Amino acid sequence: MPTKIEKDAVTGHMTTGHEWDGVKELNQPLPKWWVYILYATIAWSMVYFVLYPAIPWFGGATKGILGYSTRDAVDADVAAIAAKRAVYMDKIKALSFDDIRKDPQLMAAAMTAGRVAFAENCQPCHGAGGGGNPGYPALAAGNWLWGGSLEDIQKTVTHGIRAPGDDSRQSQMPRFGADGILKPAEIAQVADYVMAFYGTPVANADMAAGEKIFTENCAVCHGDKGQGDRTQGAPRLASRTHLFGDDRAAVIAQINSPRHGMMPPWNTRLDAATIKSVTLYVHGLGGGE
Amino acid sequence: MFIRHETIEKNAVLLLVFTLIVISIGGLVEIVPLYRIETTVEHVKGIRPYTPLESRGRDIYIREGCYACHSQQVRALRDEVERYGHYSLAAESMYDHPFQWGSKRTGPDLARVGGKYSNDWHYAHLIKPTSVVPESLMPSYGFLARNELDMTDLTRRLGAQRMVGVPYSDDQMANAVADARTQADPAADNAALLKRYPKAVTVAGNGRTVTELDALVAYLQVLGTMVDFADPANEKPRQ
Repeated sequence: MPTKIEKDAVTGHMTTGHEWDGVKELNQPLPKWWVYILYATIAWSMVYFVLYPAIPWFGGATKGILGYSTRDAVDADVAAIAAKRAVYMDKIKALSFDDIRKDPQLMAAAMTAGRVAFAENCQPCHGAGGGGNPGYPALAAGNWLWGGSLEDIQKTVTHGIRAPGDDSRQSQMPRFGADGILKPAEIAQVADYVMAFYGTPVANADMAAGEKIFTENCAVCHGDKGQGDRTQGAPRLASRTHLFGDDRAAVIAQINSPRHGMMPPWNTRLDAATIKSVTLYVHGLGGGE
Repeated sequence: MFIRHETIEKNAVLLLVFTLIVISIGGLVEIVPLYRIETTVEHVKGIRPYTPLESRGRDIYIREGCYACHSQQVRALRDEVERYGHYSLAAESMYDHPFQWGSKRTGPDLARVGGKYSNDWHYAHLIKPTSVVPESLMPSYGFLARNELDMTDLTRRLGAQRMVGVPYSDDQMANAVADARTQADPAADNAALLKRYPKAVTVAGNGRTVTELDALVAYLQVLGTMVDFADPANEKPRQ
């Protein structure tokens, strides 16, 4: 306890009464306004303890009389925005594609929802605006692997390609070289033949031999004129856009040991109305049929 | 008994004892409830320890400092839930030592990146990010594809995890290296692996050597996929 509180002669302040080897300390209390704010915050913390979850205890923290929970709050937030969107999204979910397209306002809502979902989920592979990337189909090009109608696109987006799940689109090209179905010389011949479909014919190619190999091995899926087969996702060869490269080396690599793209199913991440919106957006990128 | 302040201040032992008492009250209030772990971590189905390959991928994730730019925590905020999916649960990182929640997002959050993209995409993207995302400023991690994964101490690494509470079974420990090789080889039979580690995603390794890139992709592909939120049992995570 302070013993000798006295007035300091120089400053006129009182001392604290403590003395350390002849050194005394002036008593300079905190400003009143500061002290009152401190007391107010302490008082508020008591109120907060009562209103909000605060004290950790056995069986979970105290709940507080307001019953606030971050998780309930976000659920409510999401539900509130979903209710606002429901004006459009419920209709998008319920109506057929034709009916949605007849309603300009609904179509605008679907395109907006589709654009946002596309940017977050589809763009990393298919590129901005569906321009495609090596190994990831260009969606704006109109060269569809599995079909470019709204229904086809919807099915692809919903269930994915070569994804787990019974409804996913599945197909597999045999490994003609790696599994010894064709000899290297035969692969070279058929690659020459395919290059003609690509629009860049190889000079002095043995087209007759290439055609024979193609007819026996490739035409069943890719079509006798390289037109492809959408029922099994066999790419159209008679085209200028190719998934895994345009040159002869890429064709040989693909025949030898094919790469197969995989698209995840989106019904686990996106709801039905959003998938329909994405479908309309993708369809509208320039390649829709 | 009333002890004068001066008495405490002038007696070092008394001061020490009273200080300890005050600090332990704060400590007990904060720490003891955590021992009742049920109140801290939600009860959800599906959380399992990482496969050996995923676990090594996680080591590489930490080694390369991925956490400096990527968080792994979908916060309970509307915009995050709308973009990334269900908010993260404490249970989802209960076997993470240490957790990778992070606090910095130069790149997107990765808490739910598992299954969002194909294996091929992850390989292409990690080797050269701009090859699939032209505007990306992520560095290239192509060297991971050339680094063979060090699996010499794999079992001991799992053992260390087990010491801090990750429930690796003896069976899982004994098959650690085999499981890692199986998960990195698309041609391998993964039935035993899936039995030990449900939902383990086989990555597109070359079937000969396991690379660090294989491990990292395996890790990325499992993130956020263990809890099935469509399962009614997990609909409202109980806390």
